[in-house]
Amino acid sequence: MSLLCPECGKRPATLHYTKIVNGEKTEAHLCEVCAQEKGEYMPGFDNGFSFHNLLSGLLNFDMVSSESPNIAQQKTMPRCATCGLTYNQFSKIGRFGCSDCFETFRDRLDPLLRRIHGSTAHQGKIPERTKGELKIRRDLEKLREQLARSVESEEFEEAAQLRDQIRSLQEQLSE
Amino acid sequence: MSLNHFLENAMSEWMRVKGADSDVIFSSRVRIARNLAHIPFPMLSTASQSEEVIHLIEEALTKDDIPEILENAELIQMADLTDLQKRVLVEKHLISPHLAEESTSGAVLFSQDESVSIMVNEEDHIRIQCLFPGFQLEKAWKLASQIDDWLEKHVSFAFDEQCGYLTSCPTNVGTGIRASVMIHLPALALTQQLNRFIPAITQVGLAVRGIYGEGSEALGNLYQVSNQVTLGQSEEEIINKLQGVVRQMIDHEKQARERLLGMSPIQLEDRVTRSFGILAHARIIDSKEAMKRLSDVRLGIDLDLLTGVPSSVMNELMVLIQPGFLQQYAGEKLGAEERDIRRAELIRERLGMERD
Ligand SMILES: [Zn+2]
Ligand SMILES: [Zn+2]
Repeated sequence: MSLLCPECGKRPATLHYTKIVNGEKTEAHLCEVCAQEKGEYMPGFDNGFSFHNLLSGLLNFDMVSSESPNIAQQKTMPRCATCGLTYNQFSKIGRFGCSDCFETFRDRLDPLLRRIHGSTAHQGKIPERTKGELKIRRDLEKLREQLARSVESEEFEEAAQLRDQIRSLQEQLSE
Repeated sequence: MSLNHFLENAMSEWMRVKGADSDVIFSSRVRIARNLAHIPFPMLSTASQSEEVIHLIEEALTKDDIPEILENAELIQMADLTDLQKRVLVEKHLISPHLAEESTSGAVLFSQDESVSIMVNEEDHIRIQCLFPGFQLEKAWKLASQIDDWLEKHVSFAFDEQCGYLTSCPTNVGTGIRASVMIHLPALALTQQLNRFIPAITQVGLAVRGIYGEGSEALGNLYQVSNQVTLGQSEEEIINKLQGVVRQMIDHEKQARERLLGMSPIQLEDRVTRSFGILAHARIIDSKEAMKRLSDVRLGIDLDLLTGVPSSVMNELMVLIQPGFLQQYAGEKLGAEERDIRRAELIRERLGMERD
């Protein structure tokens, strides 16, 4: 059973696609002729909007929602201290300027990343180097807790050993 | 290895060698994006910072632990290439249009067999690309990851525990991975099933687009299917999901081919041989028609309706007949009409039909 195109009411709607505008999903059904006229669809496909338009749509959505509560917020728009990029500029061009932008814009990134990827937490590969550092930092944390406990219970011999271990791990980190 | 090698041969390894399922999947590609810590991304980096990136990569290339596949590889600066040379490299899928057109301080290195290219100062500092014939996504990922491991020993990557690998575009953040296949879907196109397929694929978070053609016209029924999501899933999960969907597409395409062959064998044979006749004898042909005919011929070869033509002929010709390559071959700039004449000539020669 084929659906008639709601635009012309003549031809069957053979194209069914999902559009995302400002984070809102809408279903559209059109015939090929009307879809082409509306610029929604090009033969071959690439559903009418490019991914970059979609991306800047997502970003604009962020800007609008952050502007509305108060305009003063615009003036305190965060700026990356390293590369000088403001959040406003980021949302226009859709590109970060440097790796520190992530820290600077972190509060605003979660909703954006969630809309693009459906998630905000990395699950993939970790550089060996980072992996090693992470482990050392976690070990250090544990050792410091142990040290505090052994000092408290006046086990000085153990405390001295723990201090040595901590010192050698700290040296590894600063290498 | 001289640059001419990469420019003059149309055939990369991936076009010559047959991989698994190569009657439907022409190639598999994995690209990973990486940036160096403490240097602004290429969009905002100064000339000296961009040079520093290149210098750091060059230094890594001198180390003893360099992966075998990259031995003797040299960085080629984009600034040393003519526009035509860059275009040829894009047409061979060895570099991205972005590197060719927008990067001011870009560079690239290729492995000898052209299965690996590393782009420097593209949208991100480093993009590692592995390209294999047929359906070999896992192999491409393993090699890319291995090169990534090696590079990471010598440079420090911008990485964040929460966001993963940091990239210039938020759509690449996390794993930085873009895995894709080049898929030939003539039977699904002929039976008008693509309109049904493509939205379904988009729904599961994958992207489908035409490979050749301005905008979105899919010339030669060639599509690229790739992952969109890069954050929140591991690289293996991303590859597996893409593989699963592509596997289904392969099965549907093969079923559609069988059905076409069963239901209208003479019509199909007519279409294939008619297209072959045009390619073998035309004196003027534009790229749109050429791609369409090549698609028919390739389908005919894969269904044994045509014999005596190697199946790699379409893979090779679809690169050879692009404007950059035609002009590289001619050794001069060509207008559109001249290109159509040269294209027809080249196809006739390649099909070995010129007997006089
Ligand atoms: Zn209509
Ligand atoms: Zn920044």
